[in-house]
Amino acid sequence: MKRVYADLHLCTDCDRMEQFSGVVSKASKLGYRLIAVPFRKSSEEQIRWARETCEKTGIDFASRVDLRPRTPEELINSLRKVRRRFEIVSVMCETKGVARQAAKDRRVDLLNFPQPDFHRGFFDAAEAELASNCLASLEIDVKPLLTLEGPARIRLLSNLRREAATAREFHVPIVISSGVSDEMLMRRPRELASLASLFDLSGVYAREAVSKNPAAMVKRNREKLGSKFVAPGIRIIRKGKTC
Amino acid sequence: MKIVKRRYLAVSIDSHEALGSRDFMDAVWGAVSRLFGEYGASQAGLSLIDYDETKKLVIIRTWHKTLEMVRTALASITQIGKKPVALHVLAVSGTIKALHKRLDEKPVS
Repeated sequence: MKRVYADLHLCTDCDRMEQFSGVVSKASKLGYRLIAVPFRKSSEEQIRWARETCEKTGIDFASRVDLRPRTPEELINSLRKVRRRFEIVSVMCETKGVARQAAKDRRVDLLNFPQPDFHRGFFDAAEAELASNCLASLEIDVKPLLTLEGPARIRLLSNLRREAATAREFHVPIVISSGVSDEMLMRRPRELASLASLFDLSGVYAREAVSKNPAAMVKRNREKLGSKFVAPGIRIIRKGKTC
Repeated sequence: MKIVKRRYLAVSIDSHEALGSRDFMDAVWGAVSRLFGEYGASQAGLSLIDYDETKKLVIIRTWHKTLEMVRTALASITQIGKKPVALHVLAVSGTIKALHKRLDEKPVS
């Protein structure tokens, strides 16, 4: 079966229709079949428009929201509001408390650790163990790898190597995304996988991080958001008096 | 006798401006040596085979063992001579003939 390549973090602005259409057509040319763009909490109309634009290009579109809470309580409140409305919920973990809460909450899909800040390496063994029990994935953006240079990139690679090793040890799925807004920084899925070799994630693992892992996550969430879903493994087959 | 396998890469240049072959190769060498050091670059056996400025298509050669290293270096290039670029590997093959065959099947977009 042909792989479905996905980029779940294209940071284009949906208010600028031309820019969005350009990014979508570029993603299609580069070989992606599934993309996700982060939206603000109240943008149903924009999501519908974005989905239609992607359908025209032959790309599957997943709605995504990036949460940046300052406290665990704020995260819980936000999750309650957005979980049923978006296919992907990502949390930018900027404090240790938020990171721990995000890792143990089953409503969170992606854990993203802002990379240029090297002192905030919250993805440790405890965090990974919590995440592996809750099906959350570790998201790694390649944008800083492309934009940073010299000592900053060296520190970034060392940090990413540690995080990727921890994720693999605890069987936390890794999702590699671009995280870019500029078309010139977009790369083919195979190239994203190659860049992952810089932090010792190579071969099958890297290819799964741009195809199988993100695609499985979106599929699982769509099932959950569907009207027939009751609980994991249980769904409504038929309704009516004769049942 | 030890056979050293070669790999030919067809690379498309995504840029709004024209670039020279010299600038291109300097950027590739620079990226390889920045990421893997001079020792790594010395093992890459990089050479330019063909540079089509109109099609913005380049064919370069490397060794089979260092293919992944070169792919990574090419993906990491964001600008050449202060001009923003993106390099995309379109096809990889063991012979130039087979590479052209693959490119014919999958035309440059």
